[in-house]
Amino acid sequence: MTASLGLLAAVLAAASLLVGAAGLGVPDPVILWEVRAPRTVLAVLVGGGLGLAGAVMQGLLRNRLADPGLLGVTGGASLGAVLAYYWGLAAAVPLALPLGGLAGALAAAALVFALAARAGTGAALILAGIAVAAIATAAVAMALSVAPNPFALAEITVWLLGSLEDRSWRDAALAAPVVVAGASLLLPLGARLDALALGEATAESLGVPIAATMRIAALGAALAVGGGTAAAGGIGFVGLIVPNLVRFGVGERPGALLLPSTLAGAALVLAADIAVRLVPLQQELRLGVLTALLGAPLLLHLALRHARLE
Amino acid sequence: MIAAAELVVRLDRRTVLDHVSLAVAPGELVAVVGPNGAGKSTLLRALAGLIRPAGGRVTLNGTPLAALAPRARARRIAWLEQGARVAWGMTVREVATLGRLPHGDAAEAPVAAALAAVGLDRMADRRIDRLSGGEARRAMIARVLATAADVMLLDEPCADLDPAQGFAVMRLLREEAAQGRAVVVILHDLALAARYADRMALLHAGRVVADAPPEAVMADALAGRAFGVRFGAGTVVLPA
Repeated sequence: MTASLGLLAAVLAAASLLVGAAGLGVPDPVILWEVRAPRTVLAVLVGGGLGLAGAVMQGLLRNRLADPGLLGVTGGASLGAVLAYYWGLAAAVPLALPLGGLAGALAAAALVFALAARAGTGAALILAGIAVAAIATAAVAMALSVAPNPFALAEITVWLLGSLEDRSWRDAALAAPVVVAGASLLLPLGARLDALALGEATAESLGVPIAATMRIAALGAALAVGGGTAAAGGIGFVGLIVPNLVRFGVGERPGALLLPSTLAGAALVLAADIAVRLVPLQQELRLGVLTALLGAPLLLHLALRHARLE
Repeated sequence: MIAAAELVVRLDRRTVLDHVSLAVAPGELVAVVGPNGAGKSTLLRALAGLIRPAGGRVTLNGTPLAALAPRARARRIAWLEQGARVAWGMTVREVATLGRLPHGDAAEAPVAAALAAVGLDRMADRRIDRLSGGEARRAMIARVLATAADVMLLDEPCADLDPAQGFAVMRLLREEAAQGRAVVVILHDLALAARYADRMALLHAGRVVADAPPEAVMADALAGRAFGVRFGAGTVVLPA
């Protein structure tokens, strides 16, 4: 399963290099290297980070409807980017936008990390994350409502929808170390997540340090998601849907989902990013819009299925 | 030998265990009985090292539990939570294998032996959420067995099992004790406790009010008073 998903992601990555608005074909080397390659790398980073963080969050909270967005990291990244716009940094400084997004994501991650350290249980962690997300959402709304000019408002809104269009190697270089650092914290958590399937008390009786696991998972998920969000904006539903799709293939043991969800997340975002290039619209369909359009019905299906099984 | 000495546990400023002492030697099966809210589950959690006591201490062969690293403690003390459930549709084998986590291995032999002991060896690859309540409970017990710990603590392992399965679980625990483990089990069914336990520890309002062979405890009027019932001619009678 893991091998097939890896192969799928590799094939889609190749396709992502070869597919443009004009269709399939080997592009000009400059386009390939300066446009398609960073976009493809970012799709892998964004999707892999979201898929992995989603699998970890669902395992940690023992809930298949948990999403890394619950940690408030996406909200923090949005706020950081919006502030960069708001103060006109985005126009003046290259990379101000992803840097702002990254700063926001890290600030939210730090806040959730500090709160998780005190919380000690999954339920408390979620409440902390929701609170951080709510603060970020309120602040974004405030920045939007007092935006200095209508163009800024439009640009911010478009950024919030999430896209990989026109991203450079600098964006990829910014996101890569953050996502990789997050993934390196999350991937070794498999056995602990398996134990947590039995509940926090039993996991503790099996020698799993619960509070430390919460902290590592919160920080790792924040980094794995935050790095991608800073570069690409908000890409919804990937972290929620991917682990649920992977469960059909590899079973439900939480630790068995981590690597396959990373690969499947990368494959899904690569596929969605290829699709948005092929949809014949005046302006390219936003990636975040497509993932939401695909993800929301899947979520509804899962919710109904889950309700029936209960 | 797992021993609680003068153990005091306070939860939310309420004293749940009030100077409780209980020692269980290797080879012994001790049933902890008592009415709801007596502190039985809290005592088991404290014996498992999951609660920091406000007073007194728990020792394993003389070593305070607090001095053991969590993994080392987990290798030597296995605990089954009351009403334990698995959040995911993991297979029976995957659940039982979690018992090996403290050892850092996924050794197949102890897992297979544990599954055979609870009679689930042919269902090892079934999803636990598709099993009956009794089968799922036995899978959870297999997880405890797979650790091969010196001390086994089980909180109501026979709750909502039919009588035959309840007897089977208790026979299994007797065998584990015969292999030199110290087994402590919380039971609601006094008949099961009387039949299989070497000793019964009767808890009432956070105190051990009796700790003796079952026939002594059952004959004691104390037991009836603790439960708010009378024992008579082998049956339990509600007070007039």
